[in-house]
Amino acid sequence: MPQEQTAQALESEELVPPAEPHAAHHSKKVETQADLSAEIKTIGDRYAQALKNGRGPETMPRLDYAPYRSSILRHPTKSLHHADPETIELYSPAFGHQDVHALESDLTIQHNGEPQGERIIVAGRVLDGDGRPVAGQLVEIWQANASGRYIHKRDQHPAPLDPNFTGVGRCITGDDGSYSFTTIKPGAYPWKNHLNAWRPAHIHFSMFGSEFTQRIVTQMYFPGDQLFPLDPIYQSIVDQDARDRLVAEYDHELTSPEWALGYKWDIILTGSKRTWTENEAYGDAGDEE
Amino acid sequence: MSKLTPTPGQTVGPFYGYALPFNKDNELLAPGSPGSIRLQGTVYDGSGSTIPDAILEIWQPDSEGNIVQRTGSLVRDGYTFTGWGRGSVGNSGVYTFTTVNPGPTAPGAAAFISVAVFARGLMNRLFTRVYLPENEEALANDPLLSSLDPERRKTLIARRDPDGGLTWDIRLQGGDETVFLDFQKDGSLDTSVNADHSARENQA
Repeated sequence: MPQEQTAQALESEELVPPAEPHAAHHSKKVETQADLSAEIKTIGDRYAQALKNGRGPETMPRLDYAPYRSSILRHPTKSLHHADPETIELYSPAFGHQDVHALESDLTIQHNGEPQGERIIVAGRVLDGDGRPVAGQLVEIWQANASGRYIHKRDQHPAPLDPNFTGVGRCITGDDGSYSFTTIKPGAYPWKNHLNAWRPAHIHFSMFGSEFTQRIVTQMYFPGDQLFPLDPIYQSIVDQDARDRLVAEYDHELTSPEWALGYKWDIILTGSKRTWTENEAYGDAGDEE
Repeated sequence: MSKLTPTPGQTVGPFYGYALPFNKDNELLAPGSPGSIRLQGTVYDGSGSTIPDAILEIWQPDSEGNIVQRTGSLVRDGYTFTGWGRGSVGNSGVYTFTTVNPGPTAPGAAAFISVAVFARGLMNRLFTRVYLPENEEALANDPLLSSLDPERRKTLIARRDPDGGLTWDIRLQGGDETVFLDFQKDGSLDTSVNADHSARENQA
């Protein structure tokens, strides 16, 4: 259980290398935000021109996106090989309420006291590319605390840990593909990709579909963040409409009176390839078997 | 063709280590139990260095070739084979799973395990497959393998260890780069890889 790892235990571990080593391997000079922003702009301008020339919009991040320095040696240089999914790939692992306790979706009650920060509800639906709800599937999240600090031992950002906040949650989607988490709005944090690099506030999301080919790990952002144009990870999705799909919307209907602000975010998985039976199409998944 | 546009993926980042791993995540079967084997390997970057912050998932049929879809992966009872596991690499870039040899899902089909790769610095998860090395006729007839040239094909076939286990390394980049798969018919991922390469070349 992730909750068993306390802030104190992690703090007492010996120092480990920082999560994002300085980008010095790439060039000797200190790289500033202006340097990175210029690179981001060059790639963005080129993409805008390609769109004007009639190319279709991109929907996924670039695997080869040099402004995120750690990607330089970690992306395939050969084209991904097109394959028709077969057998096991057309099915997905099954999760159920045996795997996840209902309380794991509330990140504010995992310790004895209340965590610091702005309490929020993040909710939405997981749908496949045809709009079918993905029912009975696992959603996992992890995030920094309100001051922008992860409990992870590799996070060396000198912002306070919160003894009442671990920042890990899980839930199983409902019959309509719905999920809901109660948590704390995460803070922005510095990450050493370049001098003065700050990540926009975000929550990491991990989702399964009905087929393993739909597996996705991504990040959800908050509307209006001033760090969006500066962030190489967000900008690795070069298409503005595609980037916008990672930004939740404030939803007053979801806001809980005298309690928490609501943010709504739906996730669309890639289209399914399998021919569905009627039962599957109506969400007969989960732990009934 | 899908009606809705999919949500983009993003890198798993550096801080998944307190969130995604769980107790016995890489033990699809208890180590040492009858029929269990070790699947292990090392994850490398484009300079040949090991990657210490990658996390893998495997998803496979049982030894009879059945796709089981049983719940209970996150809280393993020690008896139920769920077919799915998750394994973080250690500091030396090595991952390990305890599992079974997957059975062929149809008579004469090549047996393989489906793999998803996540890492800090990897913008989106990658899919690939690891095949059992033994049935050469099945491997030769496999639709994916037979569409690859021999050098690339080798990257998807595990080596059988003397103790019955499997060794299979993953190379994210380079001459012997592992074959990664695009299951989307529109080829959007392919396009983005190529497009950015030509962009970088033009800059240079």
